[in-house]
Amino acid sequence: MRTVADLKKGEMGTIENLSFDEIPLALMEMGCIPGKQVTLIQRAPMNDPLYISVNGSHFAIRRETAECIVLTKLLCDEI
Amino acid sequence: MKSKKNLNVALVGNPNTGKTSLFNQLTGLTQKVGNYPGITVDKKQGSSKLPNGTTATITDLPGTYSINPTSLDESIVLETLLDNDNENFPDVVIVVAEVENIKRNLLLFTQVKDLKIPTILVINMADQMERKGIFIDIEQLKEELKTEIVLISARKKEGINTLKKKLLGYKNFDTNPVLKVSDKIDKAYFEDVKARLKGFTTYKSWLLITQKEPVKFISEASKHVIENFKIDQSRLKKYQHKETIYRYQFINDVLKKTYKIDHSKAKDLRSYLDRVLTHKVFGYLIFTSILLLMFQSVFDWATLPMDFIDVTFSNLSEWAKMKLPEGVISNLITEGIIPGIGGIVIFIPQIAILFLFVATLEETGYMSRVVFLMDKVMRRFGMSGKSVIPLISGTACAIPAIMATRNIVGWKDRLITILVTPFTTCSARLPVYAIIIALIIPEDRVLGIFSLQGLVLMALYVLGFASAIISAYILNKVLKVDSKSFFIVEMPNYKLPSLKNIVLDVLEKTKAFVLGAGKIILAISVVLWFLASNGTSDFKNAETIVTEKNKDSNLPTEELEREIASYKLENSYIGVMGKMIEPAIEPLGYDWKIGIALISSFAAREVFVGTLSTIYSVGNDDEGTIKQRMAAEINPVTKEKRFNFPAGMSLLVFYAFAMQCMGTLAIVKRETKSWKWPMLQLVGMGLLAYLAAFVTFAILK
Repeated sequence: MRTVADLKKGEMGTIENLSFDEIPLALMEMGCIPGKQVTLIQRAPMNDPLYISVNGSHFAIRRETAECIVLTKLLCDEI
Repeated sequence: MKSKKNLNVALVGNPNTGKTSLFNQLTGLTQKVGNYPGITVDKKQGSSKLPNGTTATITDLPGTYSINPTSLDESIVLETLLDNDNENFPDVVIVVAEVENIKRNLLLFTQVKDLKIPTILVINMADQMERKGIFIDIEQLKEELKTEIVLISARKKEGINTLKKKLLGYKNFDTNPVLKVSDKIDKAYFEDVKARLKGFTTYKSWLLITQKEPVKFISEASKHVIENFKIDQSRLKKYQHKETIYRYQFINDVLKKTYKIDHSKAKDLRSYLDRVLTHKVFGYLIFTSILLLMFQSVFDWATLPMDFIDVTFSNLSEWAKMKLPEGVISNLITEGIIPGIGGIVIFIPQIAILFLFVATLEETGYMSRVVFLMDKVMRRFGMSGKSVIPLISGTACAIPAIMATRNIVGWKDRLITILVTPFTTCSARLPVYAIIIALIIPEDRVLGIFSLQGLVLMALYVLGFASAIISAYILNKVLKVDSKSFFIVEMPNYKLPSLKNIVLDVLEKTKAFVLGAGKIILAISVVLWFLASNGTSDFKNAETIVTEKNKDSNLPTEELEREIASYKLENSYIGVMGKMIEPAIEPLGYDWKIGIALISSFAAREVFVGTLSTIYSVGNDDEGTIKQRMAAEINPVTKEKRFNFPAGMSLLVFYAFAMQCMGTLAIVKRETKSWKWPMLQLVGMGLLAYLAAFVTFAILK
């Protein structure tokens, strides 16, 4: 399972789903919606927090939250 | 009864949309910060004259990304918009959006719009559309969103008058909801909710049952119904998520038709700055440099106005002494009230300059990058990246700093930040440090460049931060507070700061200091004056007693007067108190005179200097400065200087740790709603100060 926490700096991924119970509603309200593309802009030292851009919003989340945002499987042509 | 001439307008919007800029443009200096009843959220209101002479009362509601609150501040938005009977209930709501983030901004707009209150959508930063390659079809957007739209540029004051004119027509606004999410999710369920919670629309009743904290104005019967619906948490969560998805779908569809962006035009300044400012190495170097620059400037720029204030107030005292007829009232004014006010005003330059920096860093968007860089580090110590802002602000004054903790989401993170902020070296400690350092540290240079005195001062700053962090670490281990925290921090685009916003922000925070600490400092000054100018029977008969004692020694009158004054002070109430605690503070290297200063410092630290200057100026007519008088003070037992190196160091350490600020204690009580936490600070920090000073003195002696 690939999540936002696995993205490399500058890499993009598409949100497949969010593991419901752990994800605060606020995260969806910031624009983290299935089907949307996420770009990892910057990682703080120790890979935490992560600075991402999704659905036109730019914000930082902690690694534990990023791990709950599941991305679609990589297709060959996406690499 | 609402007067017809007065229009209630509420400003709602995401943070970083320029909502506050718009509020500042609409209200200017008419704004006031008050409190919402029963809670500690600031209520910012101001008034604005509309074209036909109507006065509009503008309420700047806290910035929020959604009507569903994640913090105490944000919950005000919901409380205000749901309760029709509330005196703050708006006749019209302005939702502020911004050209670049309009998609996310519209989420909140659709939520507000569905409440059926007359709503107007304001799109800010319209002047930047062309430069950023953005095109919006306003006419069609109006139609799709069933709303009035005004394009403004709050910074450039464009569109403000158009907005004011539009507000007047609020009665004709379309109040239909933009989308009925309830039908799409589960029509039967929502109808059931609405039927059981009598008197609310579907959407309002839905909002009521999904709130973690029950909304305050609801009747007991309704509360009971709400509790029943809350049992099925997983359904509520699922529907909330669905609602958000539907809203974004709607917004995406609308924007596809009305919003175009030419990405080639968008300049990449943002990503360039982000690369540098959030860099693993440069990011921290830049942050450290900014901090150093900030503290340096505070010292450099504040000296001149502080000296000016110092001279002005002592001249004022002199002048009043001459003009007023002699007597108790005159003494109260010249020795109690005027120096008391001076003691408050003297801190304004430092506090204002520091907040000037903090406000600028926040305005430009840089502070969010600091939060990003520092979160992991701060979390080790039980705080959050957001705790950095209060800890920096604490170097000006802990009172506004503690108020700045309100946007920290988790209660435990926030509580720890509140508890440790008073360790940071606030401006009230500086005068104490300055005078003691000048007394005990030689004016040498280290390696030819660094002043030794400057290094000691810096070490005290480091000690302040270090003790804040270490106690946070301990509190994090010890405190058993259950709280969930999550961390979503917006990284806004970089902006040039607006002078108006910064000035108003600095004014507001400085006011928080003046009103929070000022009143107490003034009151204590008056009490101290009373305690020093009244005393036991020995005090009243000082003149006869001393004259009697010295009748054979043929002292000159001047010397005799000095003896009398000194005898008076010793037997004044405050002298008695100082002597009472002398046995307790002797192991720290202090005498009863320092004891008096310590007691008075428990009102606020800086009173230390004032008290000592009073103590030593009494019975000392020469022109010597307070520093010289303190340097000349001899310990009668050891025949050494009273302010020698061990005693001085012990005092520095004591002041670094002790919680000697009633203003801060009062604010902590207000913010934590309990006496438990301020008492913990008072006792805990006091014990730490005593022990640390004891050890310091014992080692250096």
